[in-house]
Amino acid sequence: MSERGFAGGPLEDALLAACLFLTSPRVLGGLRLRGGGPARDAVLDFMRETGANLRRLPSHIDDERLLGGVDIAASLAAGRQIQQFGLLAEAKDSVIVVPMAERMPYALAGRLAQASEVATDQKPLGLVLLDDGMTAEEAPPEPLLERVAFHCNLSQAISANPTALPATDAAIPFHAIASLDHTALEALAATATALGVHSLRPLLFAQEAARANAALHGRKAASDADLTAAVRLVLVPHATQLPQVENEAHEPTPPAENNTADQEPADNADPGERALEDMLVEAAQAAIPADLLAQLSGGKAKRQAQGSGAGQRRKSTLRGKPLGTRQGLPRGGARLALIDSLRAAVPWQPLRRREMGRELANQAALGKIIMRKEDLRVKRFEERTGRVTVFCVDASGSAAAARLAEAKGAVELMLAQVYVTRSEVALIAFRGEGAELLLPPTRSLTRARRALAELPGGGGTPLASGLNMTRDLAEMIAARGRTPSLVILTDGRGNIAADGSPGRKQAGEDADAAAKAILHSGVEALVIDIAARPGPHAPELAQKMGARFLALPMADAKMLHAAVAAATASNSQAAA
Amino acid sequence: MARFPFSAIVGQDEMKQALLIAAIEPAIGGVMVFGDRGTGKSTAARALAGLLPPISAVEDCRYGCTGDQRGTCPDPCSSKRVRKRAVPFVDLPLGATEDRVIGALDLEKALRAGEKSFEPGLLAKAHRGFLYIDEINLLEDHLVDLLLDVAASGENVVEREGLSVRHRAKFVLIGSGNPEEGELRPQLLDRFGLSVEVRTPTAIDERVEIMRRCGEQERDADAFAEKWADEEAKILRKVARGKAKLAKMETPDAIMQDAAELCLAVGADGLRGELTLMRAARAQAALAGAKTVQRKHLIAVAPSALRHRLRRDVLDETGSTVRIQRALDELFG
Repeated sequence: MSERGFAGGPLEDALLAACLFLTSPRVLGGLRLRGGGPARDAVLDFMRETGANLRRLPSHIDDERLLGGVDIAASLAAGRQIQQFGLLAEAKDSVIVVPMAERMPYALAGRLAQASEVATDQKPLGLVLLDDGMTAEEAPPEPLLERVAFHCNLSQAISANPTALPATDAAIPFHAIASLDHTALEALAATATALGVHSLRPLLFAQEAARANAALHGRKAASDADLTAAVRLVLVPHATQLPQVENEAHEPTPPAENNTADQEPADNADPGERALEDMLVEAAQAAIPADLLAQLSGGKAKRQAQGSGAGQRRKSTLRGKPLGTRQGLPRGGARLALIDSLRAAVPWQPLRRREMGRELANQAALGKIIMRKEDLRVKRFEERTGRVTVFCVDASGSAAAARLAEAKGAVELMLAQVYVTRSEVALIAFRGEGAELLLPPTRSLTRARRALAELPGGGGTPLASGLNMTRDLAEMIAARGRTPSLVILTDGRGNIAADGSPGRKQAGEDADAAAKAILHSGVEALVIDIAARPGPHAPELAQKMGARFLALPMADAKMLHAAVAAATASNSQAAA
Repeated sequence: MARFPFSAIVGQDEMKQALLIAAIEPAIGGVMVFGDRGTGKSTAARALAGLLPPISAVEDCRYGCTGDQRGTCPDPCSSKRVRKRAVPFVDLPLGATEDRVIGALDLEKALRAGEKSFEPGLLAKAHRGFLYIDEINLLEDHLVDLLLDVAASGENVVEREGLSVRHRAKFVLIGSGNPEEGELRPQLLDRFGLSVEVRTPTAIDERVEIMRRCGEQERDADAFAEKWADEEAKILRKVARGKAKLAKMETPDAIMQDAAELCLAVGADGLRGELTLMRAARAQAALAGAKTVQRKHLIAVAPSALRHRLRRDVLDETGSTVRIQRALDELFG
């Protein structure tokens, strides 16, 4: 590891990534900058200074603007066809910057991903995803993340003034760089396996990033330092597991040394392929931030796979059951209702002709209809928003083992129903000192099963934390245009306060406050008492949060499921 | 830039087999590909479309009419010239609306010329080619219904906005999705002919080979295509021979018996499983150059044809592939 380029903080890495991306933009796809603030602006400024043409893509962009097409309103006004070019075609020599990428609708992400697959020169150079997400769940749509090579986390960046800028003086053209040799490819593949990078795209990106780094430093062939940089910048952000300690890292390759003692001198004497691979893993370890490390060690890192498809069912001018028309311009995917538009224009014809004056009216020969913008009608469709049922399960010692199994069963049964109702399920459990989101909203049986199987029980009852997290999640779901409903399975006897400290009195007060907050948020809720002997606590809790209450002292999963289904059905009847 | 050669795709044999079967036997009804991202699903589908020989169609016909069909499409096409065009490959965007898929009233013509004319959608574009839908499990149900219906009938019938239009839409439907992100309704799954599971290769050698080939292709796509031209030609010949053989393929009664027994043994719902299994086995035999369908052909396609038709127990972790393999072992040793 003689030369590590200019390894530095996150900002320096991001700058290097930007630099490499600009060396060969179409191949490397782009970069994702997570975390806002001045550091991110510094990276964007740097890209601008190096001559990149940046173009912002607002998230509200409609299909016509993105892909181009006939501008109906303008055509109507001009009386001839007016074409508009899409942003993707206009930006063919620029880099597209996507602000708030974590909020991007899935449909738009699909379009962008598709555009990036097209093998022409008519597509944008690449994407810069500005990701303001705070939690692991808040991330740009996966199809886009897959298609950008570099993932930089700037949320830990301390200063916006980089210690050094990447030197570009020695740079030579990307095409002059030789392909990676077998040893290097093998080292990259082994490192990816050690880091648990499953997708092949990061691997291909790493290969090209190494070449880009070589080009930047004026080397004709990629060296170890280039590979190290590629691993640090491309593979590490995709890591789903910690590289094993050295002697275990060799396990995939059968002729591995049995003890590390022989290995040390071998490494020093001959930096062969194994040594290279070690070095890369080491570089990877050095670049993994501390919190990720903690997360990984806890075995909590999930493979980032979140379906956000189901909830996007609110654009009522696009699809669903027809529901008449309303006044408006046919843009943003809304369809013009031709007959209704004409019908709206007809009564005004005599008046409009008079208004236009004799000459003009003669020009607009009889039989032609004079239409104005305000005549246009667009179709409306009724679309029900997706429902997300949030299960909040008391996994504490008091509600203990048998109950937990029942709650798990109910969630699985709900999931089996998901096929039919197209709703989603999320799962929060609270025990010990706090609450934990075990399963973000999903329809996936695979993930749900995994999360449930891992749900442990025992410990105190941090009821307030559980309720607070449930409300937070419900509000997030509502903010994304879906309808949350809460199912809280507890005995209502909290003994851990919101800050994690024990004490029944404080815990009770905190739980009351949390329950009232749920009442104010207006989310519909159902409390199911799962105490072995029903007490007054759970009904009181239900009353405080304005929730329905069900006492199911000996619920089995099927009964629980029937109760939830009945409650949901009567709720939607009440709403209708 | 030249496309990635079909033969240069490392591994993924089951997927390649399924795609080739779908290419010579369109009646199979589409291929569903399950797998993680970045496993080369779309690359393989695209590569196959690019590999197949160009089709000839009436010049400028938006519905891809062949010379004999001139003037039978809604337009209707009138050009006397017949031109070669590449096999269509349509990538359906996730957010696509019904209008864009099935076609809609041409608003521009309607408003300017007062003419009621139909603007063909993606289904017309995909006629005689491939329609690829990435992440089909995130597509809205009614669109998936519609696509499967058209794929099965080979005809797109539009009855809306005062239009009554029908046009040919024969295409191979290829859907892909990641089961981690939500599942497809079983009714929809059942209507796909074949399903394959694609896994990311774990062997270092394979991964290295993939990187090497992609790197080569990236550097000089034309030279890379040249290098694989012979292999590509081989596959082309195989497809052409398969198409010719399939018409005369014989199916012994014993094989039909086998197929029925297998479907019973794994508990596949409905008759579609048996029909698809037989069709796929015939196509597989044709691709292999055999005269009659043999048991080995049946075995080769059984997982793809049946995997997605098994009744599922939510709480049962055993994969469908394992169950089929078990049944195959029991029945045929």
